[in-house]
Amino acid sequence: MVSSADAALSTSDSDEKSRRDFLLVATSTIGGLGMALAAWPLIHSMNPAKDTLALSTTEVDLSPIEKGQSITVVWQGKPVFVRHRTADEIEQARSVSNDDLADPESDEDRVQKAEWLIMVGVCTHLGCIPLGQKSSEPKGEFGGWFCPCHGSHYDTSGRIRKGPAPKNLAVPGYVFLDDTTVKIG
Amino acid sequence: MIKKTLTSVLSALAIAGVVSTVSTPSQAAGGAEIPSQSWSWNGPFGTFDRAALRRGLQVYAEVCSSCHSLDLVHYRDLGNIGFSIDEIKAFAIDYEVEDGPDDEGEMFTREAKPADRFVGPFANEQAARASNGGAYPPDLSLMTKARKNGANYIYALLTGYEEEAPDGVVLMDGMNYNHYFPGNQIAMAPPVDDDYVEYADGTSTSKEQIAHDIVTFLAWTAEPELEERKSLGLKVMIFLVVLTGMLYGLKRKIWAKLH
Amino acid sequence: MSSSPIEFKNPVLKWVEYRLPVFSFIDSSVGGSYPAPRNLNYWWNFGSLAGIILAVMVATGIVLAMHYTAHVDYAFDSVERIMRDVNYGWLIRYIHMNGGSMFFICVYIHMFRGMYYGSYKEPRELLWIIGVFILLAMMATAFLGYVLPWGQMSFWGATVITSMFSAIPYVGDALVTLLWGGFSVDNPTLNRFYSLHYLLPFVLFGLVFVHLWALHVHRSNNPLGVEAREPEDFIPFHPYYTIKDLFGMGVLLIFFLGFVFYAPNFFGEPDNYIEANPMVTPAHIVPEWYFLPFYAILRAFTADFFMYWPVAWLMSAKLAGVLAMFAATLILVLLPWLDTSKVRSNKFRPINKQFFWIFVADCLLLGYIGAKPAEGNFIIIGQIATFYYFFHLVVLVPLIGILERPKPIPESISTAVIKSAE
Repeated sequence: MVSSADAALSTSDSDEKSRRDFLLVATSTIGGLGMALAAWPLIHSMNPAKDTLALSTTEVDLSPIEKGQSITVVWQGKPVFVRHRTADEIEQARSVSNDDLADPESDEDRVQKAEWLIMVGVCTHLGCIPLGQKSSEPKGEFGGWFCPCHGSHYDTSGRIRKGPAPKNLAVPGYVFLDDTTVKIG
Repeated sequence: MIKKTLTSVLSALAIAGVVSTVSTPSQAAGGAEIPSQSWSWNGPFGTFDRAALRRGLQVYAEVCSSCHSLDLVHYRDLGNIGFSIDEIKAFAIDYEVEDGPDDEGEMFTREAKPADRFVGPFANEQAARASNGGAYPPDLSLMTKARKNGANYIYALLTGYEEEAPDGVVLMDGMNYNHYFPGNQIAMAPPVDDDYVEYADGTSTSKEQIAHDIVTFLAWTAEPELEERKSLGLKVMIFLVVLTGMLYGLKRKIWAKLH
Repeated sequence: MSSSPIEFKNPVLKWVEYRLPVFSFIDSSVGGSYPAPRNLNYWWNFGSLAGIILAVMVATGIVLAMHYTAHVDYAFDSVERIMRDVNYGWLIRYIHMNGGSMFFICVYIHMFRGMYYGSYKEPRELLWIIGVFILLAMMATAFLGYVLPWGQMSFWGATVITSMFSAIPYVGDALVTLLWGGFSVDNPTLNRFYSLHYLLPFVLFGLVFVHLWALHVHRSNNPLGVEAREPEDFIPFHPYYTIKDLFGMGVLLIFFLGFVFYAPNFFGEPDNYIEANPMVTPAHIVPEWYFLPFYAILRAFTADFFMYWPVAWLMSAKLAGVLAMFAATLILVLLPWLDTSKVRSNKFRPINKQFFWIFVADCLLLGYIGAKPAEGNFIIIGQIATFYYFFHLVVLVPLIGILERPKPIPESISTAVIKSAE
């Protein structure tokens, strides 16, 4: 049996053999390419679907939010803090020198309009949601937000001031569609 | 010999059976043979006629949607057939969606957004039945796939009404006579007629044209993937034919020495 | 030939091989060290094709399960979300949907091939019997999967099939309640069907493994039905049959994906695009095409069917129908012993060959009857075809084996194949 296989595999005509080798390489290449392409739909199906993508922006009406109040809106499944800051809070945020910051960033760079602070309410340490949105909640030592999981303190600009979190609360992309409407994402 | 004959008789029987399945009209309960129309999306390269889709959406919005929902379609889906985001927003804004609860725990209504499903005419099936003399106008999203020979059937149904039932047929109260509906008695009043809508693009508003446009639209709502499917299919088929041809060549070469 | 293990030059392969001889295992299973009869024809492709489809079904099924919601309120919508919103969801779902039909096409051809060439005969009886159980597991999996989209046919198919068990005396009703997890097909039913639909393919994998194990003991039968013995009777599986199977796969994929891309609902029923409604039964409940012959046998048993008369004192016609339907598959387990002929291949059995084709036609006829409403002549034809199905297997097959005078069989494969080629 082995002998007949050998006979089949090793042809006396070397020209014939090289032609088969070429065909073998070409077919394997195309077949392998096909396998790889066929895997793509299966993988891509795990990416966000159209309904998920359709909800990737959120429009927020700011008109009912009084000075000193905050609301939490859901954007891409995450909480977004929208705070109507008082003059005091803005003053406090802007009077800090960069040397005191773990993640130096000026308040001006974090807001488009001084009285509206908009940021993703997810602690940059391990993903908990900081407290401080409601007046009854602890705001931490810097009057902003306080993460109860591991004790990170954020200031009135949402910057990390104390505790294990490495970065300031993230600011999402947003645009003001008019004076009282903002589109996040 | 006898067995051979028997074989051929039986196989002929089986084949005849298969053939007759195809040609027997499926409407056992009555309803005429469905004539075939020519549709733009038929065939391996078919696509939806964009202008007909736009007109069909208008027919759905102005006529069908007073009774029939389109639950599986979202306003954003119109982007796939050439509507701009502003057009979609402008279309959706006319509909109200119940949302909530708000911070006070109350439900509220708001204008529909592109991400919303098409807003249906009734809150639930009971409300729909109550407004339609007990009959339930079915959701139209999948209609062309949910009936045998769907597109042709719906076209035939829409254009197959008769004002008077033929002699000898007694219509039940509130029923209408239709050539193609199984049993011929249908609760839906003739939904389209000449000039029921006004087309902005100046297309004729004959009953047939309106039916053609709405069927085109419904074929799209049932199979929104159709165009992508056929164009991807062509590429895959070409690839497979080439690959299979090469595999066959390789097989011949490898086996050549054995024979 | 398989006694000399292959040597590896690559140090990594060598290292692995020394600790876990996986490469020589592959080589001796589907590689150059697995000897296969040299004369297998294209009908021998369908076993590996069925295996390929099983792999495709598992791959697409795992992804579909990521998006599917097993709840009566959301199942239908979640399937439509897969069709409309999930990236390539329509492609994956249509492949899975049509893959079921392709699986049965391959397996049915594979079985009829085994019957024609007598592949079930000694010493391959267990190989065949495991195959029958693979068919049963496939049927269960397909039935469970068909319920998941929660269309009208899903719901009413599930209702009809589960209600069959109520025919069992004494415990039937309790059993059906147990199957349903309630008093009708409802949410608990859907959830357990989903769980089992995910489980059974792994059982299938196990059965396929045992099937292949048994195959490798005595190796493939062949069109002549003469056991391959001489070295010249064999060729190595690789490259000869690997390339032949790959070519077969290419042809299958063209056929399979042709349906997926251009007629994805050809094998389906329009009614399954209507969401399940427990208050409205569709005008015609028909199972998927691959169940139609069995459905015809089930329905053949009415009070006036002569096959029912002998057992009428013992059970209802309904129970007899259910039992006959299961018996139609299970009787295949006995086929190795029902067939009394020593000759395997129908190539050398002129009488049996004729009756084999009549039997195939009878199965097709049963499939045709299964798709028709149970009325008029269809009932009588269905009853005759049902009778013939059992008559063939229980009476004709043993009798022909005894009475038939087979044609002379060649001494060996090589004498028949090589000599005739020269």
